[in-house]
Parts: sequence; C-alpha cells; structure tokens
Amino acid sequence: MKRPFAARLVAVLLLTALLAACEREDRPLRSSPVLSGGREEIALSTNAPGPGAPTEYKTGTRGEYEKNAFHVSQGKKLYTWYNCSGCHANGGGGSGPALMDDVWIYGSAIENIAASIREGRPNGMPTFRGKIPEDQIWQIAAYVRALGGFVASDVASSRHDEMRSHEGESRLPSPPARTSSQPGLAHPK
Amino acid sequence: MRGGLRVTGGMAAAWLLSACSGPQSALDPQGPHADNLARLFWIFTVISAVIWLAVMVVLVLGLARRVPNRLDPLALEPRAERRSLVVVGGAVVATALTVIALTALSYFSQRKLFARENPGVTVKVTGYQWWWDVRYESESPDRTFTTANEIYVPVGVPVTVKLTGYDVIHSFWVPSLTGKQDLIPGQDNEIQFVASRPGVYRGQCAEFCGWQHAHMGMFVVALPRPEFEAWAEAQRTPAARPEDAEGQKGAELFVSKACVMCHTIRGTSAGSRVGPDLTHFASRKSIASATLPMSRGNIAAWVVDPQGIKPGVNMPNVSIAADELDPLVSYLAGLR
Amino acid sequence: MTTFEKATHLDVRDTDLGQAELHARLLRTWRTGSSLLDRLSSVDHKVIGRRYIITAFAFLCLGGLSAMAMRMQLAQPEAKLIGPDLYNQLFTMHGTTMMFLFAVPVMEAFGVYLVPLMVGTRNIAFPRLNAFSYWVYLFGGAFLWISFMLKIGPDVGWFAYVPLSGPDFSPGKRTDVWAQMITFTEVSALAVAVEIIVTVFKLRAPGMTLDRIPLFVWSMLVTSFLIIFAMPAVMVASTMLILDRLVGTHFFNPAEGGDALLWQHLFWFFGHPEVYIIFIPATGMVSSIIAAFSRRPVFGYLPLVLSLIAVGFLSFGLWVHHMFVTGLPQLGASFFTASSMLIAVPNGIQIFCWLATLWDGKPIFKTPLLFVLGFFFIFVIGGLSGVMVASVPIDTQVHDTYFVVAHFHYVLIGGAVFPLIGALYYWFPKITGRLMDENLGRWNFWLAFIGFNVAFFPMHILGLQGMPRRVYTYLPEMGWGPLNLLASVGALLLFISFVLLLLNVMISVARGAIADDNPWDAGTLEWATSSPPAPYNFSRVPFVTHREPLWDNRDALPVVTGLSVDSRELISGTVTEAFPQHRESSPAPSIWPLLAAIAVGAAFVASIFTPWAVVWGSIPVAIALVGWFWPKDTPEDEK
Repeated sequence: MKRPFAARLVAVLLLTALLAACEREDRPLRSSPVLSGGREEIALSTNAPGPGAPTEYKTGTRGEYEKNAFHVSQGKKLYTWYNCSGCHANGGGGSGPALMDDVWIYGSAIENIAASIREGRPNGMPTFRGKIPEDQIWQIAAYVRALGGFVASDVASSRHDEMRSHEGESRLPSPPARTSSQPGLAHPK
Repeated sequence: MRGGLRVTGGMAAAWLLSACSGPQSALDPQGPHADNLARLFWIFTVISAVIWLAVMVVLVLGLARRVPNRLDPLALEPRAERRSLVVVGGAVVATALTVIALTALSYFSQRKLFARENPGVTVKVTGYQWWWDVRYESESPDRTFTTANEIYVPVGVPVTVKLTGYDVIHSFWVPSLTGKQDLIPGQDNEIQFVASRPGVYRGQCAEFCGWQHAHMGMFVVALPRPEFEAWAEAQRTPAARPEDAEGQKGAELFVSKACVMCHTIRGTSAGSRVGPDLTHFASRKSIASATLPMSRGNIAAWVVDPQGIKPGVNMPNVSIAADELDPLVSYLAGLR
Repeated sequence: MTTFEKATHLDVRDTDLGQAELHARLLRTWRTGSSLLDRLSSVDHKVIGRRYIITAFAFLCLGGLSAMAMRMQLAQPEAKLIGPDLYNQLFTMHGTTMMFLFAVPVMEAFGVYLVPLMVGTRNIAFPRLNAFSYWVYLFGGAFLWISFMLKIGPDVGWFAYVPLSGPDFSPGKRTDVWAQMITFTEVSALAVAVEIIVTVFKLRAPGMTLDRIPLFVWSMLVTSFLIIFAMPAVMVASTMLILDRLVGTHFFNPAEGGDALLWQHLFWFFGHPEVYIIFIPATGMVSSIIAAFSRRPVFGYLPLVLSLIAVGFLSFGLWVHHMFVTGLPQLGASFFTASSMLIAVPNGIQIFCWLATLWDGKPIFKTPLLFVLGFFFIFVIGGLSGVMVASVPIDTQVHDTYFVVAHFHYVLIGGAVFPLIGALYYWFPKITGRLMDENLGRWNFWLAFIGFNVAFFPMHILGLQGMPRRVYTYLPEMGWGPLNLLASVGALLLFISFVLLLLNVMISVARGAIADDNPWDAGTLEWATSSPPAPYNFSRVPFVTHREPLWDNRDALPVVTGLSVDSRELISGTVTEAFPQHRESSPAPSIWPLLAAIAVGAAFVASIFTPWAVVWGSIPVAIALVGWFWPKDTPEDEK
C-alpha cells in the first residue's frame, strides 16, 4: 500500500543524491588513463565556410573537472605554484588579462581554457605543453572557470588560506548567460 | 587469576623492553633531551606499575576473602566501616602525595627540556604537505643553503630548529633526539636538541596532515664537526655539470620536461620552490621524505610513478618516454 | 475518563482504588498505542530510552566495523587493502561515531530510561523534548553515515584541526557534514541534559532527600551539567568552521587575523569534558552493580558524590593537555600538567571506595560483576597511562602516537564500555523482562577482556617505538609489523565478543529466562516496578526512607497516594528535601516533536549548502513549534 511507494520514493531520492554527490566529492588521486587521452579540438575562429558553425570535437567529459571539488582545489594550488599569478595576479590581471571578468578572448569553455594553457597564446601566454601534465592543465582550467564564476558554489572554495584581494571563488558572482562560448563573441559591448 | 596476572605482567615487561630498540624509538635516546625524557618515562612507568599491582592485589584479596553471608545487606559493622574509612583515607592521602611528587618531577624535567643554550647550528624547517623544507641559516647570507627531508648536524653541538608550517599543521618529531613540536601556519615555534653520538636518526611527522601523513619521514644525520663542515661546504656549492653524455642529456630533459616547474637545482635554470630542492639530491639517504632508500632503481620508480608510491602526493605522474628515463635517472643520481 | 466523570469533573485519585482497577485505569492513561502514529508520538521515557539504546548500539556496530577495516589495513606494513583517502574517512568515521553517536548517547540513553525509575516518578521531565532529542540524534547520525556512503563522509579526523579542515585543504562538503552533525548531536545532548537535571531536582519521590539519591542518578546529574557547559563550546567551534567554509569568515585564517590554535582551544575545551561525560555515568553504573553484587551498599556515599562533583569541575581545567606540543608558553602548560594529574585524586577516591565495598561484601560472580572487574583491571592502567601523558615532557614524546591511542582506549573501553556492557546485563531483565544467558555472558566477557588487552596493550609499545597516529600504513623496516599484527588479531577477538553480545541479546529477548521484579535483589527503586515496567512505572509513587529503599522496606514499599488516575500526573517537590509541592501534569503523546525534528534537521542539512537555509528553514521550525506548544486542555489542578 503506502509503504512500497514510500520505499521507492526514498530509493529514487537517494540515488539522485548519490549521483550528484559522487561527482563533487570524488578524490581521483590518479587521473583515469582512459579519460586523459582523447584530444579536445576547439575552433578559435567563428568563421567557417558554409552555413554551419565551425566543427569542433569535444568529448564533453571534461566538465567533470569543474564539478569536482578536489580538482578545483588542486587547480587553485597549481595556479599559485606554477606562477599563473605572475601575469594574471589572483584573477585580476596584470601583464596578462584578467580571469575574473566577462572577457574571454579565446573562449570561456573549459576546453578553450585548457587549450590556451596548453598551446599558449599570442602576446605573451606561454605554452605549457610538456611542462604541465595533462591532468593538471585541466585542474587549472577548472580553477580558472571558478574564478570566472562558472563553478557551482558547493564545489569551489569559500575563502583563501592566505591574503587575496577577492572573496573566495564560491562567492564570486556568476557570469551573465551567454548563448555561445565561441571566441569573438566575448568582446565587451 | 593471580597466576594469570603474573604471566601478563611478565609478558608486559618483555614487550616494554622490546620497545627499547628500533629506528625511531623514544626509548633509545641518543641525546641529552631524549635521555631526560626516557628517564622520566621509566620513573613514571615503574611507579604506575607498582600502583596498578597494588590495586589489583587489593582487588583480588578482597574478592577472595571469606565473608559470612549477610542476610540483611544493610547490616553493616560500624568497626569495619571505620577501618575502611581509615584505609581509604590513607590511600587518598598517598595518591595526593604521589600526584604532587610526579607533578614536581615532571616540572623539573620540563624545565630542562625547554632550557635554551646558544645554538651551534640554526636550521629553519618548513612543513609542506608531505615533505620538509630545510634551510640552514647563517649570519652571512651567502652561507645559507636549502635542502630537503634530511638535517645534518654536528655531534655534541646544540642545534636550534625553527619550525613553521606552510599549509597545514605538521609536527617535527625525532624520538631518539627530543620530543616533538608542531609546525603551525602563522606561528613560529622552536625546538633544540643535541646529538650525543654520530648516527642516523629517523623522524616522522606526528600531526595528521592529509593523505601522505604516513609517509612524511625525515632523517637527522649527526656527524663529527669536521665532517659536518665538509658536508655543509659541499651543499653550498651549486650542482656540477655532468661530465658524461647521458648525464648531460638528463640535465636537458630535467629543464625541458615538467620537473623544472617545481624543483630547484642551483647551477641550472631550474629555480622553482614548489617542491624540494634537488641540488644535492643524490647525497641524501632517502627519497620522498624517508619513504624509499636512495638508489638508482628507487629514483626511477619514484620519477615514473610517484602516485603509486605515495597516492595523493603533489608530484604528478609525468609521461616519460622509455629512452628518457635512463638519462634522467643518471643525471639525478649524479647530483651528489 | 467516563462521560459521567467528565461531565461532573470528577477527578478519580489512586487513593480509593483497588490494585486491579488502579492498574487498568493507569494503563489506559499512560500507555503508548500500537499504531505507527502512536509509536512515533510516544513520549514514554522508557520507549524513547529503549530506542536510544538500540540506536546507539547500532552506531557502535558501525564504528566497530570501521575500526576492523582499519586494523585489517594496519595488520601488515604497506598493505594495499585500503588507500589513504578511504582510510582517512574510516578513522574519522570511527572516532566521530564512537564519541558523538555512541558513547555520549548511550550514557544519556541509560539515563533517560533509568533516572525516572530510580527517583520514583512516572515520566521524565519535558517528555516531548525527550522525543525530539531522540529524533534529532537519529537524523544527525543517519545524516553522517548516509553521507559516508555517498562519499561525502568527513576525512579530517574526529577533531578536524584547521587549516586541514578549512576551505582550501578540505574541498567539497565533507567537513561541513561533520561540523553540522555535531550541531545535531549537541542539540540532542543538551535537551536530554536539561530533562535529567529537572527530573532529578524536581520530580523525585517524596522522602528522597539529596543524600538518598542513588549514585547512578548523581552521576547522570553531574554529567548533565557538564554537557550544558561543554557542548556549547564545540557548537560554537563547528559553527565558526561552517561559516569559514560557507561564507568566507576568517576565524581560523592566520593570514587575515584568525588563529589556527583557536580551533584547538575551543574544540578541546569541549573535548576534555566530553570524555568525562562518557566516563562519569559509567562510574554510576559501576556503583550500582557493585552494590547489588557485593550485597551491601557502596562504601563512602558522601566521598563518592563529592568526587563526582569534583571531577565535573576539574574536567574543565584540563583541556590544554591536548595542546602541549603546539608551542604554548611553558608555565601555562605546566599548570595543566598539575590539574591533569590532580584529577587522579577524586578518581582514586572512587576506586578506593569501590574496593572497600568489594572487600567487605560477599561478591556474586555474575556477568555484570565480571565486567566491573574487567573495568578495574583496564581502567586503572588507562588512568595511570593518563598520568604519564599528563606530564608535558613525556607528552612531547608520546603525543599523537599509538601510546595515546592505547591510553584513551584503555580509559574509554575499560572505563566506559566495560561498565556499559555490565550495565546492559544488569538492567536487561528490567528493560525486557528476561534474563540474559550467563554462559554466553562469560564467553562474552573473557573474549572481550582478552581481545581488548591483546589489541591495545601492544599499542603502548608501538607508540614508544615511534609509530604516529592516523597513518594508513607504515614502512616494513620500522619493525612495527609484528605488534600491529598482534593488535589486529586482538581487535578481531574483541569484535567477535561484540558479536557474541549481540547474539546473547537477540537470543535472550526471544527465549531468555523470565525475570521477576528484582532478580538481583538490588536496593534501588527501579527494581520495585515490574519487569518490564508498566507504562506508568509505579502504580503509586513510593515514599522513600533510605538510600536503598528496597533493602530498607523488604515487606512492602511505603507509598504516597493522591495522584489522579485518569490524567497524566507526577509529583514535583522541593530540590533538597523532595517535600511534595505540586501534582504536575505530564504531557500526552504528540507527533509534533517528530515534525519539529524533521524541520530542524532539514534546516541544518540545507544550511551547509547555503546560509539562506537558516532563514527559510526557520519557517517550518516555527510552524512545528507552534503546533507543539499550542495550549491543550490539560486540567492544571491546585494542590
């Protein structure tokens, strides 16, 4: 009568919670060899011949990095250790562009950010291919997403254990909604 | 029951004595501080054992004694009650006196432990997750140098170790030399010890600090003064350029792969302070904070798969091609 | 009440009724119904006490399983059974479960069940609060363990030192789950503490002056005061941690003016009284068992009571002994050495008084007494190793090593769990009406005793040999392998002994020998009720003339009459003399405590995700409280 229904409802709720919590709280100390392979191919230009948008190959699995609290916090540590703050300060920018604003010259999707780190960019962004392991590039990209306000507040850290000029990443404002994260559309109006 | 107690007591004594040895034993003192502590420990243990035995004897005797059946549980004998009062009162007084005596003993031992002399060597240790940054201080800045996970000290000289934490709370503990003290971020602590004899003394982090707390060990190596000075001089020099081709290839690989992002090797372009200083890496007795003994094979194992040996450690697994491993390891093994 | 009686406002008292009709009418007034709603609305302290005990033992099993997993991993050097992340979660869950979800609640549970019976009243004070506290406890414990199953279990140790448990080094919500679980359990504990204090002070049977209060009740009273003064410290600390992690405050952030040591002070200001909260009720249990099984009242009632109170006060002056190696000034630290050693004096008084009782009495070696004897053997070792770690110099060597692990298991298992198991055997016939099996009891005791000592004595040596705590493995060349293996074997034996205990409970509930009212011929009031007690406890409230009422009045217990039989009434009296003052009405069963607990639980859980949960969550809580306190027509009589 009522009891089987209640039991089923509880089971469904638990399962949903399980799937949701699973992603955030996992501590993958070793990156998965399967997931680490597979190149993400993004387009830097919005122009392509023909009517459609440029062809891109994204596995879509990289979103796991910004949904996982461990990856974001590792990215935060690596951001300091690899001296990203040397040019980007703590997100406010300096000789490099700010990472906390709305302007994403080369795209704000995590695949785009990872590509920027890996390839380097004109006007000064070094290429870190071969210097930063692939898994760590994604962790740093996830942290940059957190700086941009894209990461959920229960995943990012709420304050820093050292002095910074901005609030914790979980308390940064969310960016305004965009229809596409293609480069070129991110110039300020 | 009494036979069982004696057997237990005998086994306990045997076990206790077995604690006297071991690479990291507090009961194997190698310096005056640890000596002071070990002596205090034995005094407390003997007194405690005597007290415990006394309590057990009284308990057993009390249970074994023949008492006439008392039909009315409330029919107590006033004389027996008074006698119990006197005995219990005496026991309480004896307890209080013992406690006061033990407190006094502890206090005097504490004063000796924390007394400070002028140090012959000052070392600043910063605790990282999960390694020890060791910086030898000096009045002239060009005579300071940095190493990691191993502290060399001259025999018979007071050594002051300044302690601070970089990330979370750690604890510096070398049982054969002295007691422990925490490394707390935002706080500067200090500890002092003297190594009475030459030797290698192992220590370990003693405050839970995350995944690899279990593998955050260190060595304190005590050398006679002249040898210590020779060691220090060698540590101050930058890394020598490798003479063989394989070593040179390894040096190039070091600065072209991920290694250069985290490690310093003075004399090369590698200058990052994220991970331990590797300038004289091969002169150390161990790898990865006293987790693996120093050897070519262990260097290779560590470089290829740090996450397999210390899961969660901050050194990532870097892909190293088959023809890159040997030169890299040769280079690292040559950093004496 | 019959319609005639209601219409004429006739108030039938127990003075005029015969035994059978008295029983029938009281049963109708006080019983808990059998439908699901009735059982969820029950405010009977015995029903709630039983639930508390069963739930606490369930958490003991969970905590014990995590310990067994840890011991299997540590049995061999560099074992690959459990990795560092899972191991950290396991030892955190083990400590947290044992301290917050088992040890304190089980002592409270025995208090909730036994204190009203021992003081001769019909129900605990604030019965709906009692129900509420049980539900909050259950939800808090379930919250923690379900989180563990979902990988959100905490992994920073039961003490969660900052900065490791801060937002940068403990990402995600794991630590927040831990911190909020504390809020649940502390609310629950505070509620029970308040109820016990009021019950003991105001609801005692007439004639039970302060110096006739049973020692177990005194121990629960002192414990309740400890809870009231200690728990707020950890609630403040855990709330500050959640604030740091959720809204970015800097309480524990040295970079912005906070202090990592502040956490330790706040936590241990609670943490040290916490272990006395666990230990003091156990001393009350020991007193009860020794009196019954040496066939005489406990020697030195006054010194024992004064010792309990002294331990209560002193326990607040010891907390810095957990921080001796943090670099605090030495003069201050040595003060705490003195106070930590000083507490050995009142504890010693208790031991000596019990020894004197056993000396003069004729011991009956049934299972409860066996566990008490095990307590003596084990607890005295633990207490003496405690005197050792109280010394600052010795502590600099053994702090955070397996020596301390050995010490606190000796005092906690020896000092609290052994008396608890003895108490379970002792009061089982009263709670269930059946006796536990003596034979299985002996096996239980010897396995537990031998298993415990084999498991934990080697840890003293391991600590001195340099093995730190909270390590998921160790190197083979350290030489710690053999002793660790021995400890793991002992742990297995201890685990089996608990399985035996569970078996004994299950078999005895089904097929144990039927127990009469007073199978042990003990002297305190709970043995005057039937086994198990009727819902109303006493058909007429007893009049107490002696510390051991049943030994003083062997033929018939004098009683007080005049309470109504058709509404729930108790006698409330003066604090010191228990001179009766009022006929106090006791609340009827209500579903609102459960609803309030659900509302509070939801607000607590949601508030680790967003601070707005506190605002929006307070609305259901307010609604539940309004429903709870809505005036009902209980007739409040004049005297």
